[in-house]
Formats: sequence, C-alpha cells, structure tokens
Amino acid sequence: MLEGLTPTSILLDEKELNSAQNTLAKNQLPTTRMEAWKYTRVAKLGKTNYTSSEETVTSIDSYRIANDATTFVFVNGHFSEELSSDEIPAGVSISPLSACMEGEIGSTNLILEGEIFNALNTAFLTDGIMIDIEAKANVEKPIQIIHVLKGEANLSNFKTIINAGDFSKAAVIQGFFAEDADRAFANVTSEISVGTNAFLTVDKVQYEAENTSHISTEQVSQGKDSTFTINTITLNGGLVRNNLNIEVNGENCETNLNGAYLLKGKQHVDNHSVVDHRVPNCNSNELYKGVIDDKATAVFNGKVFVRKDAQKINAFQSNGNVLMTDDASVNSKPELEIYADDVKCSHGSTTGQLDEEAVFYLRARGLSEKSARQLMVSAFIGDVLEKIENEDVLNFTHSLLKSRFGWDFE
Amino acid sequence: MANYTENELAKDLENQEYKFGFTSDIEADTIPKGLNEDVIRLISSKKEEPEWLLEYRLNAFRTWCEMIEPEWAHVHYTKPNFQDIAYYSAPNQTKKYESWDDVDPEMKETMAKLGISLEEQKRLTGVAVDFVMDSVSVATSFKAKLAELGIIFCSFSEAVQDHPELVRANMGTVVPHTDNFYAALNSAVFTDGSFCYIPKGVRCPMELSTYFRINQGGTGQFERTLVVADEGSYVSYLEGCTAPQRDENQLHAAVVELIAKDNAEIKYSTVQNWYPGDKNGVGGIFNFVTKRGICGTNSKISWTQVETGSAVTWKYPSCILKGDYSTGEFYSVAVTNNYQQADTGTKMIHLGKGTKSTIISKGISAGKSQNSYRGLVQIHKNAKNARNFSQCDSLLMTDECGAHTFPYIECKNSSAKIEHEATTSKIGEDQIFYCLQRGISEEKAIGLIVNGYCKEVLNQLPMEFAVEAQKLLTISLEGSVG
Repeated sequence: MLEGLTPTSILLDEKELNSAQNTLAKNQLPTTRMEAWKYTRVAKLGKTNYTSSEETVTSIDSYRIANDATTFVFVNGHFSEELSSDEIPAGVSISPLSACMEGEIGSTNLILEGEIFNALNTAFLTDGIMIDIEAKANVEKPIQIIHVLKGEANLSNFKTIINAGDFSKAAVIQGFFAEDADRAFANVTSEISVGTNAFLTVDKVQYEAENTSHISTEQVSQGKDSTFTINTITLNGGLVRNNLNIEVNGENCETNLNGAYLLKGKQHVDNHSVVDHRVPNCNSNELYKGVIDDKATAVFNGKVFVRKDAQKINAFQSNGNVLMTDDASVNSKPELEIYADDVKCSHGSTTGQLDEEAVFYLRARGLSEKSARQLMVSAFIGDVLEKIENEDVLNFTHSLLKSRFGWDFE
Repeated sequence: MANYTENELAKDLENQEYKFGFTSDIEADTIPKGLNEDVIRLISSKKEEPEWLLEYRLNAFRTWCEMIEPEWAHVHYTKPNFQDIAYYSAPNQTKKYESWDDVDPEMKETMAKLGISLEEQKRLTGVAVDFVMDSVSVATSFKAKLAELGIIFCSFSEAVQDHPELVRANMGTVVPHTDNFYAALNSAVFTDGSFCYIPKGVRCPMELSTYFRINQGGTGQFERTLVVADEGSYVSYLEGCTAPQRDENQLHAAVVELIAKDNAEIKYSTVQNWYPGDKNGVGGIFNFVTKRGICGTNSKISWTQVETGSAVTWKYPSCILKGDYSTGEFYSVAVTNNYQQADTGTKMIHLGKGTKSTIISKGISAGKSQNSYRGLVQIHKNAKNARNFSQCDSLLMTDECGAHTFPYIECKNSSAKIEHEATTSKIGEDQIFYCLQRGISEEKAIGLIVNGYCKEVLNQLPMEFAVEAQKLLTISLEGSVG
C-alpha cells in the first residue's frame, strides 16, 4: 500500500512525524474485529498500491459550491494556485501547509496518536491548509476548499487546520469530488479549534465516485461560550468513513452535528461521532438521516460522553434510516456514556421504510408512484437539509440530488 | 453490612464445619481446587453421568482452554483465578448457621421488611430447622400434580439419569459449548441445575419455581437450566428469590437454555439478589450468565428480570426468533448501588418472517455504581415485516454514578421497523417536593417514584413476586438519596 508513496515534505513537528512512522510500522489496518471498525471493511485499501501524482483540472465550475466565496482548490491533495482565489478577506490568514515555515504547524492532538489512518496522513502528508481567523473577525464570505481526486489509485493525504479566534465568526465549506478517478483514496484530517464565544460552521459535501474511498477525521476542541456546527452531506463515494471527535472544553457551548446520506449502488457510508462533554452547562444536538437504496450499507455510530461533574448537559442524538430494498442494510449504534446525574440526555434510532399509506394518499392525489416516493424521501431528508444555513450549499445539494437521483423537488 | 463482610461469613462457615465435625463428609464430597481434565472426569463420575455427557464436558473444556476471557463489557474487576476454585462440592452443605441468633441482624431486618415469614427466613439463611419438612411435602404434592400432566420438573442430574434422551437432544442446542468463555466453562464443569419439560399442548397450571426444589440443595455455582416447551404448551418459570442470598462462591457462571417449539410460550422471570459486596465495594458475587431462548413458529419467549444484587453482573438474556411470527420480549430492571457494576441487556435475533420483539429496560444507578444497557437487535435478510421496539431508560440517583447505553441495531430487511429510544435523567426535585408536601418522607417518596418508573417491568412479574420485587427495589436504594 505504501511503496509508491513519498514521505511528506511538509515541515511537521518532528516528534509527531516519528510517532506516525512508528504507528505505521507497528500496526495493521483495522479489521471488523475491532469495535470501532465493526461494520466497515477497509482491507481493500491495503491491497491497492497508491501513488500521489500531481494532476491538473481545467475548470472547477461544476464543483463550485458557493459562488461568492474565498476558494482554494487541491487536486489529489496538491495545491492548485491558478484555480484558487487570489484575494483573502480581512481578518483571516490562509495558506497551504506547503508554504508554512518550520515550527508554524503546531502539534496535533494526542488523541489520534496510534490511529493508523491519522499516522498515514501525517507520514505521507501531501499538503494541507491552515486557516487562522483573527479574534473578533466576522468573515462574511465563506471559505471554500475544493478537493478533486483524479487519476488512477491516487492517494491524497490532506490536513485542514482551522483556528477560530475568540469572538470570531466564520463558515468553512469543504467539497470532495472526483474526476476520472479510479480507486482513488482521500485520507483527510482536520484539526479545528474554536475560541471563546466564536461561531464556526463547517459544511461538508462528499460527492466522489462509486469506486473511491474517503476517510476523514475531524478533531474539534471547543472553548467557552462557543458554537460549532458541522453538516455532512454524503451523496457519492464507494467507501466513506467520517470520524467526528468533538471535545467540549468550555462551559455554555453549543454543538450541532447534522448529517444526511443518500446511498445507492454498492456504496458504504460510516458516520462515527464522539461528543465529549467535559464541562457543565452545554448543549449538543445530533441529527443523522439516511436513505439506503440498492445494495448500499450505512453505519451510524454516535457516542455522547458526559464526564463526571459535567452537570446540566442537554445532549440529544437522533438517527433515522429508510431502507429502500432488501439488499440494503443499516447498522446503527447510538451510545450514551454518562457519569453525571443532573443531565438530560436521550437518543433515538429508527429504521423502517416509507409509509405505504402515505404513498397511497399521494398517489390518490395524482402523483406517480415515483414522485410520491421522492416527495416522501425528500421530506424525510429535509429535516437535516433545513439545518443548513448557507443557501448556496443547499442549492448545490439539491442540484446534486437532481443529477444523481433525479429529484425534482426543491 | 458495614462490619460483617463476606470473608467473615466464610470464616464463620469454616468454623462451624469444624465445630460440628462435618470434616469427614466434606473430604469425601469435595475435590481439590484447580481445573483440568481429571477434575472433569471426577465430576462426571461422581454424578454417574453417561459417556456422551463426559465427552461433552471434555469438549467444552478443550474449547475453553483456547478462549480468552472477554473484556468488552463496561465493567472493571479483578479476574477470578480459575485454578483457585473447587469445582465440585457436596450439595448438602446448606447448613450455614447453627442457630437463628447467629444470623446477621441486618439480613434479618431486610427479610422482615420484605415480609418473609420467620419460618421461611430461617430456611433461606440456611438455619438447620425441621420445618423444612413441611416445604418438602408441599413440593412433593406439587410434583405429583405435575407428573399427572406429564410435566417433568427436576434437577439437571436427575434428568440426566431419568430422561437422558431429552437432555441429550436439547442440551447445548441454544447455547453451544463454543458460545463464549463462561458458557464454555459452565459446559465443562456444571454441577447441577434444573430441567423442565412441558409436553405437547399442556398448559402448566402453576408457576414453576426453583424455590420448590428445596430438598435438592442450594443453587450451585455453575448452574445449568434447560426448559423445553413442546408444541402448543405454556409454562411460567421463576428463578431466584427476593431474599438476600449469601454465597461463599465468588464466581457464578450459569447457563440457561429455553426452547419454545411451535405455538409454545415460555415466560421466564428472574429476581437476582446475590450479595453485592459491602459499602466500600469489597467482596460480592461476580454473576456472568448466558441465557438464551429459541423460538419456533408462532411461539413466544418472554424474559423478565429484576437485578439488584451481585458486585459485577454480565448478563444478556436473548431470543433467537427463528420461527415465523414468533415473539421475543425482554423486561428488565437493573439496580446498582455503592460500587456495583452491571452490564446487562438483550439480543433479539430476527430470522423468521413477521417476528416481533419488545425491549423495555430500566436502569437505576445509585452510589458510585456503573449501570450499562447493551443490546443487539438484528434483522436478518429473510425476516420480512419484523418489528422491534426498544426503550432503555436510565435513572441516576447521585452525581458519582454512571449510566450507559450501548445499543447495536443491525437491519438487513427493508420491510422491518425498528425503533429505539433511550433517555437518561434523575428524579426531579419537584417530584420529591410534591411528595414531601403531602407528608411522604423523602425515602418513601423515592421508593414511590422508582416503583412508578419500573412499573412497566414489574407488571410482567407474577403477582406475589411483583410485590416482593417492589419492596426489594426500595430496600436496595435505601440510603442512596442524592
């Protein structure tokens, strides 16, 4: 798997690099016997000989999620300067990691130490982006990062570092796409730190190809009084695994996690999240909904930790799945681990199919069977989509739904 | 229980045995500590078992040797030393106290609160008194009635001798000896247990309870229960007792197998109140149980459990819904206090069409305890129109305890409907205030609220049992007002 790769030239922290190499040397890829990977097989990743070659994309028009945004484009993880924006709005500094000086890139969170995909990412890091949002800055234009996978068996190891300063407000959009890609693999990590009273929204749109793989890990740390929202929309990709680790380190925080996944073919999507409430007086909401068609499989594993003495926590977690065929399957594992008593925590998980009576109702009113079903599916997923505040992201999602699933509803 | 620990109890027992000259008996009926094939052969020969059962035991032992003790449960404890256990001891050592005055006063008090008659209290604590004869006669008369209907209800060893064909055909079919570490251990060394067979179309007229098997000695350390309900029959089976039970054995690894043939129904109720250790978490029983039932067409298995005892509980009564239109139910109340740890739940495996399952689990954590629900709902590809409803509520009584939920939901059929819900909360101050205002003391108010909270489960218990279980809940939570 690693032969064709060149070790990273990014000036990372030396200790971290050593630890990553150690992890890679000592560990194998996870198997389904490991609890965290129980429902997701990654063995085929180990059998592919990846390279990391530079490719060029002529236009990003079809990948542009928001039109009025500060855009950065990476092809196979390599920075594409000519397609990226020249202007960087006031209050922010953005630079590719390849342009960073020694010592500029801080040490990553130790939580991921020993995690093999994180080690792979570190040791063979292609490039990344560092976004520093100044304190009190209100960045109106969203910052948009477009990732394109291209070519055969290309591996993109990418790292996003976001530091949202105190009292700042910003939105980041990450789009993942594939163009003529065969067996490509995006291994992405993000380190996000949200300062005191900061607002940060991350919208992720995953629309790669049927035979690509995608593993992403977001490591988020929230300061006091901050609000962090992440919306993950997964519409295409052969194997997709999203790890979201959120540490709530300050009081009065709000954390929102929303996800929608619509799968068909033989897709496999696994959403893993951990919300770790370490301090009192916080709220977290998690809503994941999915529609699984054909032979696709979906996995949801959400975990809420409430540490000892983290009182007055309201944590809600909800997962809904609709299975469209008998070959589709879903594995859901909503977990609560609670060590404090004055809390309100709940989780719910449902799996079912579209209500036949409701379909009948719509058909009786002149809708075709197909549009009746579509209408119901869009209403089901609509709960998640309506949480997306950025209209450009929403419109883009609708256009993808139309092109992939033939939806006509807005 | 503060200054009377299990060790002291064990010491008392030891002294008594010497005092009353039981030594010779014990030597005859106890084998040295440790576990190897010879020990298993010895157990088997002492019980005069047929060859196939010995083979079964040895097979299980060989499998066990290659297994690793599981660590995935959300519990922490010092692993038992399996070579430091005597795997066979005489079943007639029930005589624990020579006179009623020797019995721990706290235990007496608890039993008085449970409303157990003095006679029965004495029997439960194992005080040697002659009234036991009465119970035996009661039991015998029941047995006669059962025999009339063709129902077999006896100890496992008796069943092996008297009905070997029934035992051989059914044993290990639901929980094979390869199932898990503790099931393998049990299969290798089980000493006794219960066997029950209900013939075709018979509705068992009374609740069958291990309680009636008094003359067959106390519960063993490695107990094995096999209940077979033949086509169209019905049985309600009770296990355990609400009265506190002390036992010198630290490790309990039981196996329970239920077989409900077509159109049969088995209702299995358990009240578990083993010694939970003292207030500082010293001592207490490790309860690692494998319970599973298999359903034929149109049949039903219902598990109801009230778990209040044991230092560590590791127990997942499960249903394999193999037959079409079969039903599985699981109702559970698990209470943990002080340093107790419980990791309990169920597995509902839907294989047949139109299978239904209901899971109601109520966890109550107090003191510094940890209480986990761990469950699996699995809908297989052919389980058309399967239906599951799960509800797991947790109640936290103090800020030092923990309540956890680990549900696994796996669905491979698009016509299945699965719902899972879990909540975690504490008793509202307004609820307590309301009770206090109406002259109900805080302790009583908590008992009231907790019983209301568990009502859905307690309602499933047979009547007399339910009354005792309610009192037991209140007692278990005594002094835990948070």
